[in-house]
Amino acid sequence: MKCRKCGGTAVLELRRHNAAFCETDFVEFFRNQVREAIRRHRMFDREERVLVAVSGGKDSLALWDVLLEEGYRTSGLYLDLGIHDYSVESRAKCEAFAAARSAELIVVSVADTVGAPVPVIKDVTRRPPCSGCGLSKRYLMNRAALEHGFPVVATGHNLDDEAATLFGSVMHWQTDALPRQSPALASTHPKLVRRVKPLYRLSERETAAFAFVRRIDYIVEECPFAKGATSIQHKEMLNRMEDASPGAKHNFLFGFLEKARPAFERGAAVTLNECARCGQVTTGTVCAFCKLSDQVKRAR
Amino acid sequence: MKVILRNPRREIEIAGGRRVKDVLRELDVIPETVLVIRGDRMMTADQVVGHDDVIELRPVMSGGRA
Repeated sequence: MKCRKCGGTAVLELRRHNAAFCETDFVEFFRNQVREAIRRHRMFDREERVLVAVSGGKDSLALWDVLLEEGYRTSGLYLDLGIHDYSVESRAKCEAFAAARSAELIVVSVADTVGAPVPVIKDVTRRPPCSGCGLSKRYLMNRAALEHGFPVVATGHNLDDEAATLFGSVMHWQTDALPRQSPALASTHPKLVRRVKPLYRLSERETAAFAFVRRIDYIVEECPFAKGATSIQHKEMLNRMEDASPGAKHNFLFGFLEKARPAFERGAAVTLNECARCGQVTTGTVCAFCKLSDQVKRAR
Repeated sequence: MKVILRNPRREIEIAGGRRVKDVLRELDVIPETVLVIRGDRMMTADQVVGHDDVIELRPVMSGGRA
Protein backbone atom coordinates (compact mmCIF):
# COMPACT_ATOMS: atom_id res chain seq x y z
CA MET A 1 0.00 0.00 0.00
CA LYS A 2 1.30 3.45 -0.96
CA CYS A 3 1.05 6.76 0.85
CA ARG A 4 -1.55 9.00 -0.80
CA LYS A 5 0.65 12.06 -0.40
CA CYS A 6 4.19 10.96 -1.23
CA GLY A 7 3.83 7.52 -2.80
CA GLY A 8 6.16 5.96 -0.21
CA THR A 9 5.34 2.84 1.80
CA ALA A 10 2.19 3.39 3.87
CA VAL A 11 1.98 2.39 7.52
CA LEU A 12 -1.70 3.09 8.09
CA GLU A 13 -4.77 2.66 5.92
CA LEU A 14 -7.79 4.87 6.62
CA ARG A 15 -10.63 3.15 4.83
CA ARG A 16 -13.20 5.83 5.62
CA HIS A 17 -11.01 8.36 3.80
CA ASN A 18 -10.11 5.85 1.09
CA ALA A 19 -6.47 6.67 1.84
CA ALA A 20 -3.23 5.36 3.32
CA PHE A 21 -0.32 7.37 4.71
CA CYS A 22 3.34 7.04 5.58
CA GLU A 23 4.32 8.12 9.11
CA THR A 24 5.26 11.69 8.18
CA ASP A 25 2.17 12.38 6.11
CA PHE A 26 -0.10 10.72 8.66
CA VAL A 27 1.18 13.08 11.38
CA GLU A 28 0.43 16.02 9.11
CA PHE A 29 -3.04 14.61 8.29
CA PHE A 30 -3.73 14.23 12.01
CA ARG A 31 -2.62 17.75 12.89
CA ASN A 32 -4.69 19.16 10.03
CA GLN A 33 -7.79 17.48 11.43
CA VAL A 34 -7.13 19.07 14.85
CA ARG A 35 -6.51 22.47 13.23
CA GLU A 36 -9.77 22.15 11.32
CA ALA A 37 -11.69 21.25 14.51
CA ILE A 38 -10.26 24.25 16.38
CA ARG A 39 -10.92 26.61 13.48
CA ARG A 40 -14.43 25.40 12.64
CA HIS A 41 -15.71 25.60 16.21
CA ARG A 42 -13.54 28.57 17.29
CA MET A 43 -12.41 26.47 20.23
CA PHE A 44 -9.65 28.79 21.45
CA ASP A 45 -7.02 31.15 20.14
CA ARG A 46 -3.29 31.49 20.71
CA GLU A 47 -3.67 34.12 23.41
CA GLU A 48 -5.85 31.99 25.68
CA ARG A 49 -4.64 29.54 28.29
CA VAL A 50 -6.03 26.06 27.62
CA LEU A 51 -6.33 23.41 30.33
CA VAL A 52 -5.87 19.97 28.76
CA ALA A 53 -7.43 17.17 30.80
CA VAL A 54 -4.98 14.25 30.62
CA SER A 55 -5.52 10.68 31.79
CA GLY A 56 -2.26 9.06 30.69
CA GLY A 57 -4.10 7.41 27.79
CA LYS A 58 -3.40 7.82 24.10
CA ASP A 59 -6.11 10.35 23.29
CA SER A 60 -5.43 13.04 25.86
CA LEU A 61 -1.65 12.81 25.52
CA ALA A 62 -1.92 12.89 21.71
CA LEU A 63 -4.06 16.01 22.04
CA TRP A 64 -1.62 17.70 24.39
CA ASP A 65 1.25 16.79 22.05
CA VAL A 66 -0.47 18.44 19.07
CA LEU A 67 -1.38 21.58 21.02
CA LEU A 68 2.15 21.96 22.39
CA GLU A 69 3.68 21.49 18.93
CA GLU A 70 1.25 24.04 17.52
CA GLY A 71 2.39 26.56 20.10
CA TYR A 72 -0.79 26.91 22.17
CA ARG A 73 -0.54 28.03 25.80
CA THR A 74 -1.48 24.82 27.58
CA SER A 75 -1.23 23.20 31.00
CA GLY A 76 -2.23 19.64 31.80
CA LEU A 77 -4.76 18.60 34.43
CA TYR A 78 -4.47 15.10 35.84
CA LEU A 79 -7.32 13.89 38.06
CA ASP A 80 -6.08 11.18 40.36
CA LEU A 81 -9.00 8.76 40.59
CA GLY A 82 -7.29 6.53 43.13
CA ILE A 83 -7.88 3.37 41.08
CA HIS A 84 -5.04 1.27 42.53
CA ASP A 85 -2.06 0.52 40.22
CA TYR A 86 -3.92 1.90 37.21
CA SER A 87 -3.91 5.41 38.66
CA VAL A 88 -0.31 5.14 39.87
CA GLU A 89 0.85 4.17 36.38
CA SER A 90 -1.30 6.65 34.49
CA ARG A 91 -0.16 9.52 36.72
CA ALA A 92 3.47 8.56 36.13
CA LYS A 93 2.87 8.64 32.34
CA CYS A 94 1.40 12.14 32.58
CA GLU A 95 4.20 13.39 34.80
CA ALA A 96 6.88 11.99 32.49
CA PHE A 97 5.15 13.48 29.43
CA ALA A 98 4.92 16.92 31.06
CA ALA A 99 8.48 16.83 32.40
CA ALA A 100 9.96 15.88 29.00
CA ARG A 101 8.27 18.91 27.44
CA SER A 102 8.72 21.32 30.37
CA ALA A 103 4.96 21.72 30.55
CA GLU A 104 2.94 22.46 33.68
CA LEU A 105 0.85 19.60 35.09
CA ILE A 106 -1.79 20.29 37.73
CA VAL A 107 -2.80 17.26 39.81
CA VAL A 108 -6.10 17.03 41.69
CA SER A 109 -7.05 14.05 43.82
CA VAL A 110 -10.62 12.79 43.70
CA ALA A 111 -10.20 11.26 47.16
CA ASP A 112 -9.22 14.65 48.63
CA THR A 113 -12.20 16.44 47.12
CA VAL A 114 -15.04 13.87 47.14
CA GLY A 115 -13.87 12.19 50.34
CA ALA A 116 -13.03 8.81 48.81
CA PRO A 117 -11.35 7.37 45.71
CA VAL A 118 -13.38 5.99 42.77
CA PRO A 119 -13.38 2.33 43.97
CA VAL A 120 -15.02 3.42 47.27
CA ILE A 121 -17.46 5.75 45.49
CA LYS A 122 -18.47 2.79 43.35
CA ASP A 123 -19.21 0.66 46.41
CA VAL A 124 -21.05 3.19 48.53
CA THR A 125 -23.22 4.65 45.78
CA ARG A 126 -23.90 1.38 43.97
CA ARG A 127 -23.79 3.44 40.77
CA PRO A 128 -21.93 1.94 37.80
CA PRO A 129 -18.28 2.94 38.42
CA CYS A 130 -18.03 5.13 35.32
CA SER A 131 -21.04 7.15 36.46
CA GLY A 132 -19.62 8.54 39.73
CA CYS A 133 -16.22 8.85 38.10
CA GLY A 134 -17.55 10.83 35.11
CA LEU A 135 -19.57 13.11 37.34
CA SER A 136 -16.54 13.82 39.54
CA LYS A 137 -14.28 14.43 36.54
CA ARG A 138 -16.61 16.92 34.87
CA TYR A 139 -17.05 18.81 38.14
CA LEU A 140 -13.36 18.87 39.06
CA MET A 141 -12.24 19.87 35.56
CA ASN A 142 -14.49 22.90 35.66
CA ARG A 143 -13.51 23.81 39.21
CA ALA A 144 -9.78 23.46 38.54
CA ALA A 145 -10.09 25.60 35.40
CA LEU A 146 -11.87 28.35 37.35
CA GLU A 147 -9.42 28.22 40.23
CA HIS A 148 -6.37 28.42 37.97
CA GLY A 149 -7.80 30.99 35.55
CA PHE A 150 -8.32 28.90 32.41
CA PRO A 151 -11.30 29.96 30.24
CA VAL A 152 -11.44 26.60 28.46
CA VAL A 153 -10.90 22.89 29.12
CA ALA A 154 -9.89 20.59 26.24
CA THR A 155 -10.53 16.86 26.51
CA GLY A 156 -9.30 13.98 24.36
CA HIS A 157 -12.72 12.67 23.29
CA ASN A 158 -12.39 11.16 19.83
CA LEU A 159 -14.84 10.27 17.06
CA ASP A 160 -15.50 6.82 18.56
CA ASP A 161 -16.23 8.28 22.00
CA GLU A 162 -18.63 10.79 20.52
CA ALA A 163 -20.35 8.28 18.25
CA ALA A 164 -20.77 5.85 21.17
CA THR A 165 -22.21 8.58 23.41
CA LEU A 166 -24.62 9.61 20.66
CA PHE A 167 -25.60 5.99 20.08
CA GLY A 168 -26.36 5.56 23.80
CA SER A 169 -28.39 8.77 23.95
CA VAL A 170 -30.39 7.86 20.86
CA MET A 171 -31.01 4.31 22.06
CA HIS A 172 -32.76 5.78 25.11
CA TRP A 173 -33.98 8.96 23.41
CA GLN A 174 -32.30 11.09 26.05
CA THR A 175 -33.41 14.31 24.44
CA ASP A 176 -31.93 16.36 27.29
CA ALA A 177 -28.46 14.93 26.56
CA LEU A 178 -28.57 15.41 22.77
CA PRO A 179 -28.24 19.21 22.67
CA ARG A 180 -25.27 19.01 25.06
CA GLN A 181 -23.34 16.73 22.74
CA SER A 182 -21.08 19.01 20.79
CA PRO A 183 -17.38 19.39 19.93
CA ALA A 184 -17.52 22.77 21.65
CA LEU A 185 -19.73 23.81 24.54
CA ALA A 186 -19.94 27.52 25.23
CA SER A 187 -19.81 29.04 28.69
CA THR A 188 -23.46 29.58 29.64
CA HIS A 189 -22.73 30.84 33.17
CA PRO A 190 -19.85 32.86 34.67
CA LYS A 191 -18.80 29.78 36.66
CA LEU A 192 -18.82 27.39 33.71
CA VAL A 193 -15.74 27.36 31.49
CA ARG A 194 -15.92 26.35 27.83
CA ARG A 195 -15.39 22.68 27.04
CA VAL A 196 -13.92 21.57 23.73
CA LYS A 197 -13.00 18.28 22.04
CA PRO A 198 -10.40 18.97 19.35
CA LEU A 199 -10.05 15.24 18.46
CA TYR A 200 -13.71 14.70 17.55
CA ARG A 201 -12.82 14.36 13.84
CA LEU A 202 -10.30 11.56 14.51
CA SER A 203 -11.06 7.91 15.23
CA GLU A 204 -9.71 5.99 18.17
CA ARG A 205 -7.46 4.01 15.83
CA GLU A 206 -6.07 7.22 14.40
CA THR A 207 -5.22 8.65 17.82
CA ALA A 208 -3.58 5.35 18.80
CA ALA A 209 -1.56 5.42 15.57
CA PHE A 210 -0.54 9.05 16.17
CA ALA A 211 0.59 8.26 19.72
CA PHE A 212 2.58 5.30 18.38
CA VAL A 213 4.25 7.27 15.58
CA ARG A 214 5.06 10.15 17.93
CA ARG A 215 6.52 7.66 20.42
CA ILE A 216 4.22 8.90 23.19
CA ASP A 217 4.47 6.62 26.19
CA TYR A 218 0.84 6.07 27.19
CA ILE A 219 -1.02 3.56 29.30
CA VAL A 220 -2.29 0.83 26.96
CA GLU A 221 -4.18 -1.11 29.63
CA GLU A 222 -7.81 -0.28 30.10
CA CYS A 223 -9.20 1.10 33.33
CA PRO A 224 -10.12 -2.02 35.35
CA PHE A 225 -13.63 -0.68 35.89
CA ALA A 226 -14.30 -0.03 32.19
CA LYS A 227 -14.72 -3.70 31.38
CA GLY A 228 -18.31 -4.34 30.38
CA ALA A 229 -19.21 -0.63 30.38
CA THR A 230 -22.16 0.16 28.13
CA SER A 231 -20.18 2.69 26.11
CA ILE A 232 -17.60 0.04 25.28
CA GLN A 233 -20.32 -2.33 24.11
CA HIS A 234 -21.66 0.45 21.91
CA LYS A 235 -18.19 1.04 20.50
CA GLU A 236 -17.91 -2.63 19.60
CA MET A 237 -21.24 -2.55 17.79
CA LEU A 238 -20.28 0.59 15.92
CA ASN A 239 -16.96 -0.95 14.91
CA ARG A 240 -18.77 -3.92 13.37
CA MET A 241 -20.83 -1.47 11.35
CA GLU A 242 -17.68 0.45 10.42
CA ASP A 243 -16.04 -2.76 9.22
CA ALA A 244 -18.98 -3.51 6.95
CA SER A 245 -19.38 0.09 5.83
CA PRO A 246 -16.31 2.35 6.25
CA GLY A 247 -17.36 5.84 7.29
CA ALA A 248 -20.42 4.65 9.24
CA LYS A 249 -19.27 6.18 12.54
CA HIS A 250 -18.28 9.44 10.87
CA ASN A 251 -21.61 9.72 9.03
CA PHE A 252 -23.59 8.93 12.17
CA LEU A 253 -21.85 11.60 14.27
CA PHE A 254 -21.38 14.29 11.65
CA GLY A 255 -24.92 13.83 10.32
CA PHE A 256 -26.21 14.40 13.84
CA LEU A 257 -24.05 17.47 14.41
CA GLU A 258 -25.01 19.06 11.10
CA LYS A 259 -28.64 18.05 10.69
CA ALA A 260 -30.24 16.86 13.93
CA ARG A 261 -28.58 18.64 16.84
CA PRO A 262 -29.90 22.15 15.97
CA ALA A 263 -33.47 20.82 16.26
CA PHE A 264 -32.87 19.40 19.74
CA GLU A 265 -31.02 22.54 20.79
CA ARG A 266 -34.03 24.76 20.09
CA GLY A 267 -36.17 23.07 22.70
CA ALA A 268 -33.57 22.80 25.44
CA ALA A 269 -33.37 25.98 27.49
CA VAL A 270 -32.44 25.23 31.13
CA THR A 271 -32.08 27.55 34.10
CA LEU A 272 -28.67 27.44 35.76
CA ASN A 273 -28.25 28.15 39.45
CA GLU A 274 -25.31 28.16 41.82
CA CYS A 275 -25.16 25.22 44.22
CA ALA A 276 -26.24 26.25 47.71
CA ARG A 277 -23.28 24.34 49.13
CA CYS A 278 -20.24 24.73 46.90
CA GLY A 279 -21.28 27.55 44.58
CA GLN A 280 -20.62 25.61 41.39
CA VAL A 281 -23.23 25.55 38.64
CA THR A 282 -26.25 23.23 38.81
CA THR A 283 -29.75 23.00 37.43
CA GLY A 284 -31.09 22.22 40.93
CA THR A 285 -30.47 23.64 44.41
CA VAL A 286 -27.60 21.34 45.48
CA CYS A 287 -25.32 20.00 42.73
CA ALA A 288 -24.85 16.31 41.90
CA PHE A 289 -21.23 16.41 43.07
CA CYS A 290 -22.17 17.62 46.57
CA LYS A 291 -24.90 14.97 46.76
CA LEU A 292 -22.35 12.33 45.77
CA SER A 293 -19.92 13.67 48.34
CA ASP A 294 -22.65 13.49 51.05
CA GLN A 295 -23.41 9.92 50.12
CA VAL A 296 -19.73 9.01 50.43
CA LYS A 297 -19.46 10.72 53.82
CA ARG A 298 -22.59 9.05 55.20
CA ALA A 299 -21.28 5.65 54.19
CA ARG A 300 -17.87 6.05 55.80
CA MET B 1 4.75 -16.43 13.75
CA LYS B 2 4.10 -15.11 17.22
CA VAL B 3 1.20 -12.78 18.01
CA ILE B 4 1.19 -10.62 21.15
CA LEU B 5 -2.26 -9.74 22.43
CA ARG B 6 -3.18 -7.27 25.19
CA ASN B 7 -5.72 -6.87 27.97
CA PRO B 8 -4.65 -9.24 29.35
CA ARG B 9 -1.23 -9.60 27.77
CA ARG B 10 -0.66 -13.01 26.20
CA GLU B 11 1.17 -14.61 23.27
CA ILE B 12 -0.04 -17.14 20.73
CA GLU B 13 1.69 -18.99 17.92
CA ILE B 14 -0.05 -19.28 14.53
CA ALA B 15 0.96 -20.02 10.92
CA GLY B 16 2.85 -17.18 9.18
CA GLY B 17 3.43 -16.36 5.52
CA ARG B 18 0.06 -14.60 5.26
CA ARG B 19 -1.30 -11.11 4.88
CA VAL B 20 -2.24 -9.10 7.95
CA LYS B 21 -5.90 -9.06 6.94
CA ASP B 22 -5.93 -12.90 6.84
CA VAL B 23 -4.33 -13.11 10.28
CA LEU B 24 -6.95 -10.74 11.72
CA ARG B 25 -9.75 -12.70 10.09
CA GLU B 26 -8.48 -15.97 11.57
CA LEU B 27 -8.32 -14.41 15.03
CA ASP B 28 -11.76 -12.78 14.56
CA VAL B 29 -10.33 -9.31 15.19
CA ILE B 30 -12.00 -6.32 13.52
CA PRO B 31 -9.22 -4.30 11.80
CA GLU B 32 -10.73 -1.04 13.10
CA THR B 33 -10.06 -2.11 16.71
CA VAL B 34 -6.28 -2.68 16.62
CA LEU B 35 -2.95 -1.40 15.44
CA VAL B 36 -0.79 -4.14 13.97
CA ILE B 37 2.81 -3.52 14.99
CA ARG B 38 5.98 -5.28 13.84
CA GLY B 39 9.12 -3.99 15.51
CA ASP B 40 8.88 -0.21 15.54
CA ARG B 41 6.52 0.08 12.56
CA MET B 42 2.81 -0.34 11.97
CA MET B 43 1.65 -2.71 9.23
CA THR B 44 -1.16 -2.28 6.70
CA ALA B 45 -3.69 -5.04 5.92
CA ASP B 46 -2.04 -6.09 2.65
CA GLN B 47 1.44 -6.66 4.13
CA VAL B 48 2.67 -10.22 4.59
CA VAL B 49 3.72 -11.46 8.03
CA GLY B 50 6.73 -13.79 7.83
CA HIS B 51 6.94 -17.22 9.50
CA ASP B 52 9.42 -15.98 12.10
CA ASP B 53 7.89 -12.55 12.69
CA VAL B 54 6.54 -11.29 15.98
CA ILE B 55 3.57 -8.93 15.68
CA GLU B 56 1.59 -7.11 18.32
CA LEU B 57 -2.15 -6.49 18.05
CA ARG B 58 -2.53 -3.37 20.16
CA PRO B 59 -6.14 -2.57 21.04
CA VAL B 60 -7.14 1.01 20.39
CA MET B 61 -10.28 1.14 22.50
CA SER B 62 -10.30 3.21 25.64
CA GLY B 63 -12.68 4.76 28.07
CA GLY B 64 -15.77 3.50 29.65
CA ARG B 65 -18.93 5.14 30.67
CA ALA B 66 -21.95 3.51 32.19
